[in-house]
Amino acid sequence: MKKRFFSLLMASLCMAGIFAGCSAETADEEEDDGDEEVTEQTLTVSDPDYYTRFKDKGISINVYNWGEYISTGADEGTLDVNGEFEKLTGIKVNYTNFATNEEMYAKMKGGAASYDVIIPSDYMISKLIKEDMIQKLDMENIPNFSYIMDNFRNMAYDPANEYTVPYTWGTVGIIYDTTMIDLAPEDIDWDLLWNEDYADQILMFDNPRDAFAISEIMQGYSINTEDPEELEAAAAKLTKQKKIVQGYVMDEIFDKMGAGDALIAPYYAGDALTILEENDSLGFVVPKSGTNLFIDAMCIPTTSRQKEAAEMYINFMCEPDIAYANIDYICYSTPHQAAFDMLDEEVRNSSVSYPDSQFIADKTTVFVNLSDEANQQMQDLWTEMKSAEDENTNKWIAPVFLIASIVFMVVVLIRRRIKSKKDIF
Amino acid sequence: MKLKYFSAPYIIWMVVFIAVPLLLIAYFAFTTDGGSFTVKYISDVGQYANIFIRSIWLSLIATAICLVVAYPVAFILSRMEKHKQGTMLMIVMLPMWMNFLLRTYAWMTLLGNNGIINHLFGLVGLGPYKLINTSGAVVLGMVYNYLPFMILPLYSVMEKIDKSMFEAASDLGCNSTQTLFRVVVPLSVPGITSGITMVFVPAISTFIISRMLGGGSNLLIGDLIEMQFLGNAYNPHLGAAISLVLMVIILVIMTVMNQFDPEDQVLM
Repeated sequence: MKKRFFSLLMASLCMAGIFAGCSAETADEEEDDGDEEVTEQTLTVSDPDYYTRFKDKGISINVYNWGEYISTGADEGTLDVNGEFEKLTGIKVNYTNFATNEEMYAKMKGGAASYDVIIPSDYMISKLIKEDMIQKLDMENIPNFSYIMDNFRNMAYDPANEYTVPYTWGTVGIIYDTTMIDLAPEDIDWDLLWNEDYADQILMFDNPRDAFAISEIMQGYSINTEDPEELEAAAAKLTKQKKIVQGYVMDEIFDKMGAGDALIAPYYAGDALTILEENDSLGFVVPKSGTNLFIDAMCIPTTSRQKEAAEMYINFMCEPDIAYANIDYICYSTPHQAAFDMLDEEVRNSSVSYPDSQFIADKTTVFVNLSDEANQQMQDLWTEMKSAEDENTNKWIAPVFLIASIVFMVVVLIRRRIKSKKDIF
Repeated sequence: MKLKYFSAPYIIWMVVFIAVPLLLIAYFAFTTDGGSFTVKYISDVGQYANIFIRSIWLSLIATAICLVVAYPVAFILSRMEKHKQGTMLMIVMLPMWMNFLLRTYAWMTLLGNNGIINHLFGLVGLGPYKLINTSGAVVLGMVYNYLPFMILPLYSVMEKIDKSMFEAASDLGCNSTQTLFRVVVPLSVPGITSGITMVFVPAISTFIISRMLGGGSNLLIGDLIEMQFLGNAYNPHLGAAISLVLMVIILVIMTVMNQFDPEDQVLM
């Protein structure tokens, strides 16, 4: 009953045109639950024979993906993608999550786990290619690659498109509380995150690459800059922001924005839409001065022992029905033409999920991997910024106390020594 | 002689899971990617001195608060009737039945700007105060999570103090303050030192408390180490070097602590 009410509420909000995004999708989905059931039973794949090659061979593959980044069938009327794949192919899917590209990289570098399909982002992909950690795909085995839109092929991180099949893309924008911030969406830009009127109401990315990108865009630098001076200027701007930042967070944004603990936060478009779906007081804008366009793509690590099965999984993820189910669930933007065509018109025209191609071409940049030196410098500047002391606390208290306590201990010890010597005699 | 064989499982365990990893940390701290010897990473640790000082400072405060809060509790507990002690001890332990992360997470909602505490302040026309994402919140998280580790060792030492000690003390003319400082405190020193160890060591190396309650702007050593392994930095050598330095610092502090204990029974 509650759910029904919720969907009605959502539907009416969409009507009001407050935000056009996935919300429209959920509402519709709830309404034609029946149809969804039917699709589930009659999931059509382009070439059933292709998928049954490994049936009953007891093969399993390890898939390593972002959290909340696949349709799991947990919500009513959605598709259990991994379950469908297992049913269709007889290949068991061991599905695990990571929270950041770096976590994934560390896991792979550690060598303890072997994965067959991973879904990292752009800059991490170029790093993995450079370090020979992912292998070339056999596109013969991935016929569904043909669905990928032309402008998402041969991206900078994989110029000949030999290693990756794009899964989703999106932009970084600002989530804000529309009830407290009285600004028209077109007036909102990155400088809102530096606005002292909202001190202690601002959340910031807890990851140097994304945080630096915002600061770099504001100062007109490239987000892929490796110039030491530009990086320092970017860090200086972030340090200036620190005193009005409530916290540096990643996934906690969901809770904090949802609970009204903060008013402004930068975040990824897809996740932002998920938050918006549950909070009608929140709004999301992609700042017009430019932003980062990120692409997450599927790849196969060199350590994979089941390359063909992994390619089959990638191909399956590119089946129109599956790609649609995923994108519908996770709310990011899809590079998959057929899935895009299946989306509601409202979503397709949404300026959040699918900004016009002119904006994308002129104002968005994809991350590429930085040189080791630039990465190191960024990391050092970030640690320095984060560990910078508040100006109002006295620097001397802690060291003085430490020294005093050490002196105290030494005195006590000496006294004890003397005393114990006396005791003996 | 035969008894020796029974310790074999633990010795194997200790070698494989304690000694070897420790040696590996030392190895990583002193080598480069190529495996050649270097002291670069150890000297790099120097630039994080302020983070070290902050970690030591915050965990010292937390330890001191724990001691002050736990001491009377443990004393009252140890003087209760036996059958009540069991119940009270269980109440002390009760929070520990719940997952550590959940407990810390709960504080996030309590301390938030629109959290319950600020809400209550709001009812009487105060606030809202900035409670979360401060170093105070980090200390609070440490005290809350590690308080039982202070109460338990104190209690177990005080429980052994015979009632006749108090009688003898008052017989010989001690007032209650003198009894406390001349009888109870000296006899409970082993409990104090092991309690301090058990609170201070986990507090100084925690990272999740500062992450959740410190809002990412109160970096502690634990966060710094975590960043080297799971963060953008990915520099296991530096991470190992920081861990090694932290270990040495803890070792030094513990050695000093040990000197206070007359019987050298401190948990390391």
